[in-house]
Amino acid sequence: MELMLEVESLAFSYGNGLVFENVSFSLKKGEVMCILGPNGAGKSTLIKCIAGIFKPAAGSVRILGEDTASLGVRKIARHIGYVPQQNEVVFPFSVLDFVVMGRAPHLSLFSSPREEDMELARESLAMVGLSELAERTVSTLSGGQSQMVLIARALVQKPSLLLLDEPTSHLDFGNQILVLETVQKLASLGMSIVMNTHMPDHAFLVGSRAAALNGGRLVALGEVETVVTGKTMSSVYGVDVAVREIQDMKRKVCLPLRGNNTN
Amino acid sequence: MPDCRCSRTSLVYMLPVALLIVSLFVGRYQTPVSAVIDESVKAFSSLFFGTPVSVSTQHTVLFNVRLPRILAALLVGAALSTAGASFQGVFRNPLVSPYILGVGAGAGFGACLAILLWDSYLFIQLMAFAFGLLAMFLAISMGKASKGTGTLVFVLSGIIVSSIFTALTSLVKYMADPYDELPAIVFWLMGSLAAVRYDDLLYILLPMFAGALVLFLLRWRINILSLGDEEARALGVNVEQMRLIIIVCATLMTSAAVSISGVIGWVGLVVPHISRMIVGPNYSRLLPMSMVIGASFMLLVDDLSRTIAATEIPLGIITSLLGAPLFAYLIRRGRMGWN
Repeated sequence: MELMLEVESLAFSYGNGLVFENVSFSLKKGEVMCILGPNGAGKSTLIKCIAGIFKPAAGSVRILGEDTASLGVRKIARHIGYVPQQNEVVFPFSVLDFVVMGRAPHLSLFSSPREEDMELARESLAMVGLSELAERTVSTLSGGQSQMVLIARALVQKPSLLLLDEPTSHLDFGNQILVLETVQKLASLGMSIVMNTHMPDHAFLVGSRAAALNGGRLVALGEVETVVTGKTMSSVYGVDVAVREIQDMKRKVCLPLRGNNTN
Repeated sequence: MPDCRCSRTSLVYMLPVALLIVSLFVGRYQTPVSAVIDESVKAFSSLFFGTPVSVSTQHTVLFNVRLPRILAALLVGAALSTAGASFQGVFRNPLVSPYILGVGAGAGFGACLAILLWDSYLFIQLMAFAFGLLAMFLAISMGKASKGTGTLVFVLSGIIVSSIFTALTSLVKYMADPYDELPAIVFWLMGSLAAVRYDDLLYILLPMFAGALVLFLLRWRINILSLGDEEARALGVNVEQMRLIIIVCATLMTSAAVSISGVIGWVGLVVPHISRMIVGPNYSRLLPMSMVIGASFMLLVDDLSRTIAATEIPLGIITSLLGAPLFAYLIRRGRMGWN
């Protein structure tokens, strides 16, 4: 199958401070890649480099075979949807007005969204199950609703690759699962997804692949089962972590162990 | 309900026209309705059919004194408000005024220098316009040269540029002849449209129209810039380029306005807020609404300026006395349209 995303020897640095280097991986259509790693490992920076928001110091990002360095922000945004970690909206746009902004890369410079764009915005709101909030003001939404609205805005871009920067980090337990279910649904519709997460266990829930970023490089990459192991997670996060199979649920879980108890 | 709101909004768009007509009657020289209609018909026929018109006092008052002034007020108000709304979006800050990048201070200095050097109305206008633009370019290049990113560096550069030009203006005042030039400088800085003639309107029309047209066409994209640089880039917007275009257009409009009216505060800050209360924060509707409300507000202020006292009250004084309490009221009501 054709590769949706190819990241090759990617490196990024702020001034002299290297954030990461030599990051390479690829993703097929409909695959979900979970990127794990401790705070400050550069997960968000990596996502922003793929999204074309940051310019990498070296290496390349190809989307459907095309190098994003030569595409320009507008064309990148037609292929790649980016869902930020949290957003601060200064002006209280209505949810519909906010979501339809995702049409920007498809509209000519001087035009405003038309009825068909509004229709697409309503469709993506329906996709994340928030149709009834269309007329609400973004500043009045709960954390879970805001996250879903951000996802809806990215979906309006009609991307083939969706990037999510820690989509569950501010959410309660139930909303975390709702977001993960949405991610799974989108993947089953053929969208490729790269997602940062603080919870290795989330990789078992939605991931088809996983990568662990630590100390400026990828220390593990592959199927979720091969990356999310007690040994790798323990070394990445610096605490003891165990991975166990729950028999009656037929799935693996990743759990932290308490201080002294080692498995 | 939506229909009702729609029609009310479109009523607002009629406001400047209604105020224009009313303003023709406003002033110390009495003009009865019949005379205004009579003179209007004559003026129209002379304009379109070349009928010779006998220049009566009434004609002079209506069409050579009041009308150019009314048109100037409409233009200046619309320009300052459109620029203010645009700057607020680009800088992601509803407390921003059109003078954020030092355009007001720059234009003020240009005008004062002109008064000191060569007291010609056209020269003052030109210098104000040029120094307004210069201030903006200084602030922008300072912002670009700095290591920081985003809009904050531009705001800081604007403060620096403003401060320098304000100091230079003080220097000019200090050096000016206290009986002749100094009062002229002080009055210019307080803002007035008393001396406006048709020729002056002609000079400002091009920069204002050019700026307004581009901003009007780009108005939906200002929404996206207001989300912040990273998100705007992820939505396919070339942030640096778009921001520069909008800043340049808004500055063209502001400088053109200031060049004929003097530095008039509060309009560009308060009007976008009033407009936001009527149509919401979406720039597709906000920008045209700001234009209309700004034009109406300025005309109302100018009418007050030439009627409430025997001598004219400078515009800057009235806009501040009206604008500041209005702003306080909006804050109190918590209906600013932002948190």
